[in-house]
Amino acid sequence: MTPLLDVRSLTKTYGSRTGCADVSFTLYPGEVMGIVGESGSGKSTLLNCLAGHLEPDRGEVFFDTRTDGPRDTLRMSEPERRMLGRTDWAFVHQNPRDGLRMRISAGGNVGERLMAVGARHYAEIRTAAEDWLDRVEISTNRIDDRPAAFSGGMQQRLQIARNLVTGPRLVFMDEPTGGLDVSVQARLLDLLRGLVRRMGLSAIVVTHDLAVVRLLADRLMVMKDGHVVETGLTDQVLDDPQHGYTQLLVSSVLQV
Amino acid sequence: MTDYNFAYLDEQTKRMIRRALLKGVAIPGYQVPFASREMPMPYGWGTGGVQVSAACLTPDDRFKVIDQGADDTTNAVSIRKFFEKTAGVAVTEKTSEATVIQTRHRIPETLLGEEQILVYQVPIPEPLRFLEPRETETRKMHALEEYGLMHVKLYEDIARHGEIATAYAYPVKVEERYVMDPSPIPKFDNPKLESAALQLFGAGREQRIYAVPPYTRVVSLDFDDHPFDPSKADHPCALCGAEDSYLDEVIVDDTGGRMFVCSDTDFCAGRREDAA
Repeated sequence: MTPLLDVRSLTKTYGSRTGCADVSFTLYPGEVMGIVGESGSGKSTLLNCLAGHLEPDRGEVFFDTRTDGPRDTLRMSEPERRMLGRTDWAFVHQNPRDGLRMRISAGGNVGERLMAVGARHYAEIRTAAEDWLDRVEISTNRIDDRPAAFSGGMQQRLQIARNLVTGPRLVFMDEPTGGLDVSVQARLLDLLRGLVRRMGLSAIVVTHDLAVVRLLADRLMVMKDGHVVETGLTDQVLDDPQHGYTQLLVSSVLQV
Repeated sequence: MTDYNFAYLDEQTKRMIRRALLKGVAIPGYQVPFASREMPMPYGWGTGGVQVSAACLTPDDRFKVIDQGADDTTNAVSIRKFFEKTAGVAVTEKTSEATVIQTRHRIPETLLGEEQILVYQVPIPEPLRFLEPRETETRKMHALEEYGLMHVKLYEDIARHGEIATAYAYPVKVEERYVMDPSPIPKFDNPKLESAALQLFGAGREQRIYAVPPYTRVVSLDFDDHPFDPSKADHPCALCGAEDSYLDEVIVDDTGGRMFVCSDTDFCAGRREDAA
């Protein structure tokens, strides 16, 4: 089976400081990979490099494209990469304000990706938007409201709908539950898990919250100071951490 | 008048503007940056149009200026006088007799011919400006032909008003490539952008020039189920009775009285002369 994403020794430095160093992994279709680590460990740098938002210094990122098979996205032309960015890829930002257009209605936000790939039929765009609002549990009578009128949890769900509307195969998530209170977090995780399973999505989830990866991720990668210190199945890594830092991380979780 | 070079600008500046114009004509709808000069008028009064006109005028030209369709408004009178003084060219109010027409916010009702040049004054040349504020990003979007966002604006119009409520500066796609802001002309004028005349657009403050060469395809953006509609006020002109011209609504008293008259004064006067 061809991996959906094949990352080889990806390195990004900021001057003399290390963003992430020599990261390699593969992601297979339908798999969810969690990346955990403390603030400044290079998780977000890695995610942004993978999604094409940052240019890494070294390394290769092979993505299994629909038409041409595995291709190195870092050596693609920019139009091709941006096309991937709005069709096969999705990026869920930690802060929904970064991923949404706050002055455009919820329907317009969901429809934007459709229109970006050529949808020109208003009624069809609207039907698709309604369908997706419904799937992320936002009442369809809020379709013409602006995201500014939504609660934090709704904004995050709207961002997810807006990203998934073109049926991507790979979703990048940067702290999808950050800044939400626990009950809203639980609902969002439940929703995400359902969507990922039903659509057979592959996802890379960056978070510092171990509970999130426990629920969502099949595999786990632990990062510290830009390096991957431990990888493995999620339950294996969390229940039997081998590396000293992972042990520290797991034991730092507060028990209620 | 010997204190000024012909048409105010020096010859080097006119060459620079002509180079930008040629590039604009070669790439219809593409915004060409140019080194806009300080003109003896404030930004927003047509400094871009004036510079383009200055670069196009020859001593044999017959010049016409309209402002919202009218020949007798402040802006039109001032710019006409400016070129009478600095270029000594003949001026006219008759659309059919003019060789160069500078316009603000209208296209004349009278069909233009191949020997005519229409110069537009443009306040904001970037159609994506209010959707994407970063100029670096909008340039990239033009380069990569990523125009989905333009339709998001039209989507919002329909969602909020039930129809595409954009009534002026209605975005168009030129020669199936660049999305262009046709300057704030009413959308009623959009079909007239496909013309036999050369159309040049100058934005002074924004330092951009673009062009629509004769017989270029210009399509107004729309949705399949909400097609483009070049609407106008549903009245005949109160002065000349024309039913196919763009109308201004004029308040005539403070008890709600109003009349609709042609915005193109030359067109209206011509019809009244013919009738008399």
